[in-house]
Amino acid sequence: MRNLWIFISKYNAFFLFIIFFIVGIVLVLKNNAYQRSVALNSSTEVVGNAYQKLSAVKTYLNLRQVNDSLAQENAKLKTELLALNAKDSTGKIAVKDSVYREQYTLFAAKVIKNSVGLRNNTITIKKGSLDGVVKDMAVISPNKGVIGFVELVSEHFAIIRTLLNKNTLISVNVKKNNAFGSLVWGDGNFDYRKAYVKEIPNHLRINIGDTIITSGAGGFPKGIEVGKVSKTGITGDSFLSLEVKLFNDFSTLPYVYLVKDRLAQEQNKLETNLPNGQ
Amino acid sequence: MDSKTIFINIFRWLVLLFVQIFLLRNLSYYNLSTAFIYVLFLLVLPFRIPNLLLFILAFFTGLTVDAFYDTLGVHTAACVALAFVRILFIAVSFNREASDDPEPSLGNMGLRWFSIYALLCIFIHHLVVFFLEAFKLSEFSYTLGRVLLSTLFSFFIILLTEFAFHNRKSN
Repeated sequence: MRNLWIFISKYNAFFLFIIFFIVGIVLVLKNNAYQRSVALNSSTEVVGNAYQKLSAVKTYLNLRQVNDSLAQENAKLKTELLALNAKDSTGKIAVKDSVYREQYTLFAAKVIKNSVGLRNNTITIKKGSLDGVVKDMAVISPNKGVIGFVELVSEHFAIIRTLLNKNTLISVNVKKNNAFGSLVWGDGNFDYRKAYVKEIPNHLRINIGDTIITSGAGGFPKGIEVGKVSKTGITGDSFLSLEVKLFNDFSTLPYVYLVKDRLAQEQNKLETNLPNGQ
Repeated sequence: MDSKTIFINIFRWLVLLFVQIFLLRNLSYYNLSTAFIYVLFLLVLPFRIPNLLLFILAFFTGLTVDAFYDTLGVHTAACVALAFVRILFIAVSFNREASDDPEPSLGNMGLRWFSIYALLCIFIHHLVVFFLEAFKLSEFSYTLGRVLLSTLFSFFIILLTEFAFHNRKSN
């Protein structure tokens, strides 16, 4: 014990330094918000980096399972591909619909180029004017959901302006009360799984989960399910803006259906004969 | 320690802190170089001062500066570090018993010894001040640049002060 006291008093400068310096640092941390936040943040940063390193190692360990599942998926897809190639799936299909009988004919087209990440997205399909594709034809998804309109047509190819494009506007209804609105995309939202319905009157009660369907205008058959309302909000004074979660996934489209509307010309002609301003 | 030394040191403390807080606080070169002249008080405290008293004086000097700079703790820690370096340097560089000089000033110790002593102490002090202020190593080179430039600035001003007052006294 005595030796300890001798040691401490011999090097008293050092121990005094440690004591006073620690008091100084404590003062800094207790009284300065900036230094305190940096001290906290850097410790969480260290922890976060450690977790990141750990997960990098874990991914390596999981590679075998990932490989296996990918191989299985490949096999399944190859089987499907063989089945699809064997029969001609792009033949014409007539829609058996008692109300719209013979007005609409669907035919499938293979997607050969697709984009979802741009401001204005398009799809290129391997069907052209020789197959009966004309400009402004409506295009729908194989399962549920709408795609867009035909923009450009060559002999063997056509380019579709999809919903994920600032020039696309699709007339839709809310299924439960037939309120009219326009389905658009963009305006700060570039998520290809979401779109917006604008111009729904403010007095209508729309709930989250309500289904949005096509209204029948613009070349789409009426009643194609587009998506479910995921958020409602008010824009402007008298209109609602609904966020819609789309049923179809634009990023994984193997093929699309083109809608041939037999009566489109007649409807167009009638509507353009309206006097201006109505 | 006689009453004259105590009086001179109190007077020096008041003048240096006054200059530091009301003049040098507003003086900086592009936020890169700031002078801290008040460390001169700690540099030229008498040789025979007990370590504990030196640390206490350093602590409260730093605390006073912090109160005016709104950086509680930063200068306190820096002054304590300076006091420690001062003790180490004096212990290493000469034999305290053989010397009858009252304090390590420029007039007593000569330009060479005083320059090394002051530069080292000021550098350590500024190192602690600026790194505690920045409090992260991501801007290491920038902070180190500030430390070096400020050390030169402070050293220059302290040397000027010493030339102005102490040489005259020893003549």
